[in-house]
Amino acid sequence: MSNAVSTTEAPAIERQTGAWVTHAILGIGVILFALPLWIVLMGSTHDAATIGRGEVPLLPGAHALENYRAAWTQGGTGVGVGWMLWNSMVIALSIAIGKIAISIISAYAVVFFRFPGRRLFFWAIFITLMLPVEVRIFPTFKVVSDLGLVNTYAGLIIPVIASATATLLFRQFFLTIPDEFVEAAKMDGAGPLRFFWDVVLPLSRTNMAALFVILFVYGWNQYLWPLLVATSADVETVVIGMVKMIGSESNTEWNIVMATCVLAMLPPVLVVMLMQRWFVKGLTDTEK
Amino acid sequence: MDRKVVFNQKLLPYLLLLPQMAITLVFFFWPAGQAVWFAFLRQDAFGIRTTFVGFENFTDLFADPLYLDTIRNTAVFSTGVTILALAVALLLAVLADRQIRGATGYRTLLIWPYAIAPAIAAVLWIFLFHPSIGLIGRALNDAGLPFDYKLNGNQAMLVVILASAWKQVSYNFIFFLAGLQSIPKAVLEAAAIDGARATRRFWTIIFPLLSPTTFFLLVVNLVYAFFDTFGVIDALTKGGPAKATETLIYRAYVDGRVNLDLGSSSAQSVVLMIVVILLTAIQFRYVERRVHY
Amino acid sequence: MATLDLMDVRKSFGPTQVLHGVDLHVADGEMIVIVGASGCGKSTLLRIVAGLETATSGHVRIEGREVTGLEPADRDIAMVFQNYALYPHMTVAQNMGYGLKIRGLPRDEIARRVAATAELIGIGPLLDRRPRQLSGGQRQRVAMGRAIIREPKLFLFDEPLSNLDAKLRVQMRAEIRRLQKRLGVTSLFVTHDQVEAMTLGDRLVVMHQGHAAQVATPMEIFERPADTYVAGFIGSPSMNFLAGRLAEAGQAVALEAGPVIRFADGPRPGPDGMPLTIGVRPEHIRLDAAGLALALELAEPLGSETVLHGRLPNGEALVVKLTGPGPRDGTLPVALPAEALHVFAADGGRRLDPACD
Repeated sequence: MSNAVSTTEAPAIERQTGAWVTHAILGIGVILFALPLWIVLMGSTHDAATIGRGEVPLLPGAHALENYRAAWTQGGTGVGVGWMLWNSMVIALSIAIGKIAISIISAYAVVFFRFPGRRLFFWAIFITLMLPVEVRIFPTFKVVSDLGLVNTYAGLIIPVIASATATLLFRQFFLTIPDEFVEAAKMDGAGPLRFFWDVVLPLSRTNMAALFVILFVYGWNQYLWPLLVATSADVETVVIGMVKMIGSESNTEWNIVMATCVLAMLPPVLVVMLMQRWFVKGLTDTEK
Repeated sequence: MDRKVVFNQKLLPYLLLLPQMAITLVFFFWPAGQAVWFAFLRQDAFGIRTTFVGFENFTDLFADPLYLDTIRNTAVFSTGVTILALAVALLLAVLADRQIRGATGYRTLLIWPYAIAPAIAAVLWIFLFHPSIGLIGRALNDAGLPFDYKLNGNQAMLVVILASAWKQVSYNFIFFLAGLQSIPKAVLEAAAIDGARATRRFWTIIFPLLSPTTFFLLVVNLVYAFFDTFGVIDALTKGGPAKATETLIYRAYVDGRVNLDLGSSSAQSVVLMIVVILLTAIQFRYVERRVHY
Repeated sequence: MATLDLMDVRKSFGPTQVLHGVDLHVADGEMIVIVGASGCGKSTLLRIVAGLETATSGHVRIEGREVTGLEPADRDIAMVFQNYALYPHMTVAQNMGYGLKIRGLPRDEIARRVAATAELIGIGPLLDRRPRQLSGGQRQRVAMGRAIIREPKLFLFDEPLSNLDAKLRVQMRAEIRRLQKRLGVTSLFVTHDQVEAMTLGDRLVVMHQGHAAQVATPMEIFERPADTYVAGFIGSPSMNFLAGRLAEAGQAVALEAGPVIRFADGPRPGPDGMPLTIGVRPEHIRLDAAGLALALELAEPLGSETVLHGRLPNGEALVVKLTGPGPRDGTLPVALPAEALHVFAADGGRRLDPACD
């Protein structure tokens, strides 16, 4: 792009300076973005007293091991972070996999069949886009509590497992599968389930990977719903657990909070970073 | 929009739709209907008798100066988050897009806040702005500038806006960068030949071509600011001090959970529902129109 | 190996009728090419035979067996698609064997047949590749292989060559023909390309607006086109059409352009003065000093021949194809040989043959 400028009078040196300034601003941006993360990372390696004195450490300390061990086993409120991480993992994985499974089969039904009520079903799914859990939170909680699902994994997972976004993404993708594939399958004698399993599912791999990232992050990071439904320590997620730890300001063990914070961020950040390519593709495809 | 070639089975599609429909009915439509219905009811103090009160919950709501304050807070908060998150992301994306080799590298370095929960983002920012243990908060106080987001409403608002926007920038950045990279280079070269300088090219060529992305992100960011920031506010300020950072969603939660005023909380839910429906409708109408040209 | 019969096959999509009753008998081992412009209904006809589309009325019989209501898989046919429809995530071998796998053939039997078929069509070394690693011609072969391996009663080809470049198309055309002859499988081949149709088909079906305008051998269609549509469709450059009227008690035509030409093959029925359309192929027009003056507008030298576009004195356009180099501009005296004329009724465009009695 910057070469295009050179057609008039901008000399090469000026352009080089431009590139340097660009990198400098981007570098500052990156550092500013990473600053909170860095502070927490460093803080989690110091003892409570250092942080309590307000000497914000920007370099690593010597207490990393004990802080993380304390967080892992006791946490702040008695529940070990290890257990909370397990809960979060179960919930995030179930939500991601469940949403993908449920969405892909309903998208398959809506796209590859013609049946009475098809449009109605499609709109019913579409409308759920407009009903985020936040606007129907108490009635939904009532349903879950009537079903006896409070403080269970099922109560945390099932109510949020239907996804209009994922269904719409799969539908979009299915519409691009050439008609000839279906015809060839019919010629070969493959029925709809066989075609789904042998052709549609393998072709959807990239989409599924992208959605997995988005939905795993969503499931892991949920806040309002688990706040209501998971009141017992047995099913507490790490995000809720860590916010509870800072609830009582005065005697907060900040070093343990910081270690917990790092542990709570790690899984979704890793998933996003490692699957970045699919994630970016999936994100930009879903929403546009 | 429809496939030409389909399978003929009659029962199978219904079976395939069953799981999604069952969950949608039980956990989406039924509760949403209940929310609307409760918005027209009022329970007595003991929760024993329920009476139909028509629009009274709504008129009470809009007659309540505190609710009007909440609306004002939400407006300030959402505008702040959206503008900040969009502007920073656009700046970084434009710069990253110039670095032909570095663009994806910078993307990797800026992408990770997306993965962080709003509530966790709030905790990260506590360590920056906490008056006694936060890096910036303490520095400000040491420099003689009194800073405590737990006491000063405006400072609290500033911190929740910063924390919320910080998390959203990476999402916007991904989209802006994708949008920028899809602008045909020939168009920019033509503009350069026409004599347009970099700044001018940005405002007359790039920005208009980016407007669909910007508009889409505008809606997404507003929805984010309205709903997904619950965790940020709950972890950072709990709506305080003195309700200075209480947004519509936070108040609906407090009225339902803490004050057990189901009627008012439901009325607030209905107001929020209307907001989402409007935002989604605007977004899809715009998307449809975009498809057509 | 089987016969195919279509009886009064009709098809409507909502209010628009795309097939107006097509009858066709295909003999065992015969290669029939269905040719026509886009939208003429040729693909619909093929898809009805395949069972991918249901006819509104009429019958389809394969080897005398009624298959009208059967699923594609139950008709014992195979199809080569225009874009090949190779599954991108399967290897060449898996693509070819997929139909057999679904039919529940044992694994080693499938492997044996895949190997044999690959040998036959010369893609043996490609069996482990995926479609995206193949060239256009190789994909085309795999698509053929997928059809052949099934040993069907009937091959259906839906414009299988149209995605190839010109050179490869010629090569694959010959190959398909050789393979079809060798296997002796009854085939239906749809194309919009008249050269493909002429070179491939034992017989052609020229489709026009949902009708079979003519069903005949390539030479018959070229020499005795059934109507002005077929006459104009087959042959390149297209046949010239000139307006005229029946004259001399049906013995001759009086062209609008001037001359009166006596028919070489006998009188046409009808009253004198009946409007006619006279067709004459560009390559049949001769230079003749006593002929009409053709004012040249454009010359297209093609090397071994030259195509000249011009206008007759009365304003009618005429295209002439000459062997060797020709003039670039000026006027050219041309004559229309009586034995090269095709006579059509101006009304409806049907061919008018000499009265037999």
